[in-house]
Amino acid sequence: MAETHSLQDLRQAAVASKVFVQRDYSSGTICKFQTKFPAELESRIEKQQFEETVQTLNNLYAEAEKLGGRSYLEGCLACLTAYTIFLCMETHYEKVLKKIAKYIQEQNEKIYAPLGLLLTDPIERGLRVVEIIIFEDRSIGSR
Amino acid sequence: MKNCEYQQIDPRALRTSNTRTSTTFKLPKNSQRLRRKWEVFPGKNRFYCDGRIMLARQCGVLPLTIGLIFITTGLFFTFDCPFLVHHLTVFIPVIGGVLFVFVIFTLLQTSFTDPGILPRALPDEAADIERQIDNSGSSTYRPPPRTKEILINDQVVKLKYCFSCKMFRPPRTSHCSLCDNCVERFDHHCPWVGNCVGKRNYRFFYAFIVSLSFLTSFIFGCVITHLTLRSQDENGIIQAIQDSPASVVELVICFFSIWSILGLSGFHTYLVAANLTTNEDIKGSWSSKRGEESGNPYTYNNIFTNCCVVLCGPMPPSLIDRRGFLPPDDAPQTVTSDTELPPFMSKNDANMCTQGTKELLESMAHSTVIQSTCVPGTPKTAPVTQESLLRTVSITVSPPNRPHSTGCSGRQARRPIDVSCSQKGNKRAALHTHKPMLHVPSPPYSHGRSPLTLSDAPDMGFIPLN
Repeated sequence: MAETHSLQDLRQAAVASKVFVQRDYSSGTICKFQTKFPAELESRIEKQQFEETVQTLNNLYAEAEKLGGRSYLEGCLACLTAYTIFLCMETHYEKVLKKIAKYIQEQNEKIYAPLGLLLTDPIERGLRVVEIIIFEDRSIGSR
Repeated sequence: MKNCEYQQIDPRALRTSNTRTSTTFKLPKNSQRLRRKWEVFPGKNRFYCDGRIMLARQCGVLPLTIGLIFITTGLFFTFDCPFLVHHLTVFIPVIGGVLFVFVIFTLLQTSFTDPGILPRALPDEAADIERQIDNSGSSTYRPPPRTKEILINDQVVKLKYCFSCKMFRPPRTSHCSLCDNCVERFDHHCPWVGNCVGKRNYRFFYAFIVSLSFLTSFIFGCVITHLTLRSQDENGIIQAIQDSPASVVELVICFFSIWSILGLSGFHTYLVAANLTTNEDIKGSWSSKRGEESGNPYTYNNIFTNCCVVLCGPMPPSLIDRRGFLPPDDAPQTVTSDTELPPFMSKNDANMCTQGTKELLESMAHSTVIQSTCVPGTPKTAPVTQESLLRTVSITVSPPNRPHSTGCSGRQARRPIDVSCSQKGNKRAALHTHKPMLHVPSPPYSHGRSPLTLSDAPDMGFIPLN
């Protein structure tokens, strides 16, 4: 049986390796990550769970970058005020980024940390990759 | 029973809980003030107001631009407005004032905003990309240029690998050699605003040139009106000019500006309507003369939609987190790691920015030695350390004739010596996209172990630390 770790325990664990989930540019320049399941995670987590996480992230980013009435309104208002409202107001994108950060933390606490994994918020990597840290799990002899 | 190794502190866990643990290793003795990330940013940018404002290091002729605008508008308000208010309407200075304020705000926004700089890849990320690229591990430091082809909206697009930033550039991203940064949706480097124009500040730039066209046209028209009315009141145009010589100055400035500014506005209006960048237009990326039918894969095929998307789309956030704090262990970290470094490494890391060249070279030599001993046999559990270490390391101690040196991904301040052609003029600047400049190797980090602990030995060939 695999031992479960908490986030606290991960603090002392050694990093075995890292997996990087790259961006998927097939739909253009919008922020979207590949849902292909990395081979290194096969022994750690279920494919479906992983895909679900990545898909949710993709949906959240799509929401942030959605072109719709709200973003156009924000853009027009900003233009009329010579873009000074960007200095005062938090944009829609930033609000969604906070939501994403919360989602990732929640996923880490509930699902990934117990399996000895840790997701890194892509914003810290310039929205280039989703970095997943795989910790050594000595109890199950994984190396 | 679980027997975890207490070798190091994992920065990731610390990040979520936002605490610091630095227990197992000795703390740096000198407690310095926390540094912000902008202080160790590897690109060629200047930061003011503690990271709130950023400019390209070569700010070009921005002072000239501001000066010209202020002088012309100042002369207009001082010499032309009184006459025009008296003879025409008080709205003239009001409109002039509004346009002037708009121009200045948008200009400052264009100059001081992060254009969409992509942070450089961290060492482990770079190593992972290396692993995925088929590397023969040859002895040449510079492998052949790498490209990756992807399909966007059924169009084949080539992604190029950026040697400076150690990553495959996303589509529409280009490396500005003047600023030494990869910029998303790179349009051009504008010397007039002293900054690159990219995804995040393109709308400001467009608003600036459009409002400037209006302002110069407005001033030009008002000055002509002024001189005409005055010459009717008095005896002829010569007398009018003698009475108001400043108007002639304004006339000259506006006359020459109007051609270029209006032309530029028109050109950018076309680009916006077609959802193109100056860079793509100049290179002819999507023109049909490139063989088969290649259209722009990013266009929405509707002028109105394209305009809305480019100018009123959601404002993406800055990816470089200028004002974030670096961890206090003096390591040139990126995000959150508090990891401690083995003594010699912390010595190297500490005060990186202030080390002299000699020390840098020494540390590089040191790392070379370490790296060579660190080859395959290195156990993975060894301080894979410090995310921090890994992050800061991807250094190239390259011989001077190497085309470029890769910067450390850990945002250390570097002082590369550039031999680059100076780019004056928008169009030429746009052409100068991703070619890295000649650098004298300066990177200080040298930690031998660097990216390798996680990667296989052959990969070391690519990230040559020596």
